[in-house]
Amino acid sequence: MRADLRVIEPWVEPNTQVLDLGCGDGTLLAYLQEKKKVLGYGLEIDQKQITRCIQKGVNVVEQDLDKKGLSNFADKQFDTVIMTQALQAVKRPDVMLDEMMRIGRQGIVTFPNFGYWRCRHYLLWYGKMPMSKTLPHTWYNTPNIHLCTFKDFEALCQQKNIKILNRTVVDANFEQSRFALMWPNLFAEFAVYRISR
Amino acid sequence: MSSTSVEQLPADNSVGIIKPKTIHFDQALELVCGKTLKQYDLIYETYGELNADHSNAVLICHALSGDHHAAGYNTEKDRKAGWWDSCIGPGKPVDTNQFFVVSLNNLGGCSGSTGPNTINPETGKLYGPDFPIVTVKDWVESQARLADKLNIKIWAAVVGGSLGGMQALTWSLSYPDRIKHAVVIASTPKLTAQNIAFNEISRKAITSDPEFHDGNYYNLNTVPTKGLMLARMIGHITYLSDEAMGEKFGRERKSSEFNFGYGVEFEVESYLNYQGKRFSKTFDANTYLLMTRVLDYFDPAADFDGSLEQAFEKSSCGYLVVSFSTDWRFSPERSEQLVSAMVKAGKPVSYAEIDSQYGHDAFLIPTERYMAIFTAYMGRIAQEVNANES
Repeated sequence: MRADLRVIEPWVEPNTQVLDLGCGDGTLLAYLQEKKKVLGYGLEIDQKQITRCIQKGVNVVEQDLDKKGLSNFADKQFDTVIMTQALQAVKRPDVMLDEMMRIGRQGIVTFPNFGYWRCRHYLLWYGKMPMSKTLPHTWYNTPNIHLCTFKDFEALCQQKNIKILNRTVVDANFEQSRFALMWPNLFAEFAVYRISR
Repeated sequence: MSSTSVEQLPADNSVGIIKPKTIHFDQALELVCGKTLKQYDLIYETYGELNADHSNAVLICHALSGDHHAAGYNTEKDRKAGWWDSCIGPGKPVDTNQFFVVSLNNLGGCSGSTGPNTINPETGKLYGPDFPIVTVKDWVESQARLADKLNIKIWAAVVGGSLGGMQALTWSLSYPDRIKHAVVIASTPKLTAQNIAFNEISRKAITSDPEFHDGNYYNLNTVPTKGLMLARMIGHITYLSDEAMGEKFGRERKSSEFNFGYGVEFEVESYLNYQGKRFSKTFDANTYLLMTRVLDYFDPAADFDGSLEQAFEKSSCGYLVVSFSTDWRFSPERSEQLVSAMVKAGKPVSYAEIDSQYGHDAFLIPTERYMAIFTAYMGRIAQEVNANES
C-alpha cells in the first residue's frame, strides 16, 4: 500500500464525493472507493495513466489544470479535493489553492519539503540546485516549478485565511520519525495537510 | 464512413457472415411529433451470444448515414465489412467473445426498417415525404421494444458515435434502469447554429433538385441524385478536418497544367465528387432530410429549463465520453459540457480527448489511443458482467 494513503484515509468520510487532482493511475481513488465507498473523480493528463484508471474502474477526466483550471466545477461540489505531490508543479499554486477551497469543503495537500535538511545541505555544500530521489530532475527540466518549504506553505495558508486542520509530517518512507516531529521544516521530507476555509 | 476493404473473407477478428433479421411490431408507437406509427418493422443484426442471465447485451446506435450492418459481411462476395467493423468483433473493443451485440437500422432509415422508402400499410403506397418526423426519443422507444422482443431487460452498454452517441445519452435519461453504461463518442448535448446551418444547406440541396418532386420521386421513377450528392459533399467536409484533408489531398491536381475551366482538377474535388456520387446511389433523399432534422431537434436539456445537469439527475449508469482533437463538427468542448454536467449531477463518468487528425470521422478510425480507452472501458464492463453472472 502506498504510504500516504494510510495518512489520508481517516480524513475522508464514507460515502462522500472526492476529487483527486493529478490522480495518476487512480490508486488512491480505487483505495478510497473500496474502503470508504466514495464517489471519486480523478483529473489527469497522462494518456497511459488515464487508461489505467479506466481499467481500475476509477472515474477519470482528461483535464489540463494549467489550461482549464477547475472552473467547470461548482462551488462546494466535492467533500474533499485532494492534490498529492502536484501543487509544486502547477503554474499558480496560490490560485489552485483558492480554487480547491472553492469547489471542496476540505482539501488534502501533500508536497515535498524544500527545507528538508538534505536539500539545504546539497545547496550549501555543492552550491547547486538540490537533486535527490524525491527531486530527481535538473533545474531546467523539472516539472516542480514552485518548490516550497512547510513554512512557506503555512504562511500562504495564513495569508489566504485557510485553516490547517491537520498536518502529518513524514520522512521519505512516509514514516513518522521523532526528529521530523520535533523539527519538521528541517527533518521531514513530506507533509500531508488537511485544510479548509 | 470508412470501412475496411479486404481481399480474403473473413479474418480471424471478424464476426464473419451475418444475416440480418427483421421484426414486425404491431403495437402502435406514439411519436413525439404527435403522430402515430400503427405498425412498423425494424431490421437488425446480432453478433456474439446472449449469456444465460441476459446481462451481456450491448446496443450499437448508428449515426446519420449508418445502418444495422455494423460488423462482418452479409455475403461471401461482400468486399466491405460493416461500418464499425474496426470496433466490433472477437478481441476488438466491443468484444463479441464477451458481449451479445445488437445493431439496428433506425425508424426512418432506408436500409430495411420502416421509413420513407417503405410501404405505408394504411395507403398501400410508399410513405415518401409523409413519413412522420421522428426524434431520438422515438428511436430509443422503438429500440426498447426491440430489446423486449430479444428478452433483454438491461443493456450492459449502449454505444454510439455522433448521432449514435445522442441515442446512448437518451437511453440513460429515458430508461435509467435499463442501461448500465453509456458510451458517448464524438457527440454533443445539442447542435449549434453552425451545425444546423450546414444541415439546412444539405436540405436545400436536396429539396431544390428538380428531381425531388416534394419527396414523391419514387413513383416518378427518378431520384434527386444531384441534390443528395451535394448534401453528402457538404456533410463530408464537416466530417473531415482541415489537417486531414491537407494531408490526404493537399493541392494535388490530376494534371500538372491548369485547364482554366471549371471541371474537376484538384484531387480533393475528385474525391468529394466520387463520395457524393456513390452515396447518392445508395442512400435515400427523404431519409437524409429526416436524419438532419433528428439531429437539429436533439436537446435533452430543453425539458429541464436548459439545464443539462438536471437532465442527468435521474440517470443511474456509468458514462464514457470520448472526443477527438480535430473534430470541429462536435468539438471536444461539446463533450466537455456533457462531462461537466454529469460530474455536477454526481454521475460516474470518464472522459478522454483523443489526439487525432481525422476530424469527426475519427470515431470510425481505429487509432491506437482511441482503441486503448474504448477497450479498457468495455473490458471493465465485461468484468462486471462476468462477476455478477457467477
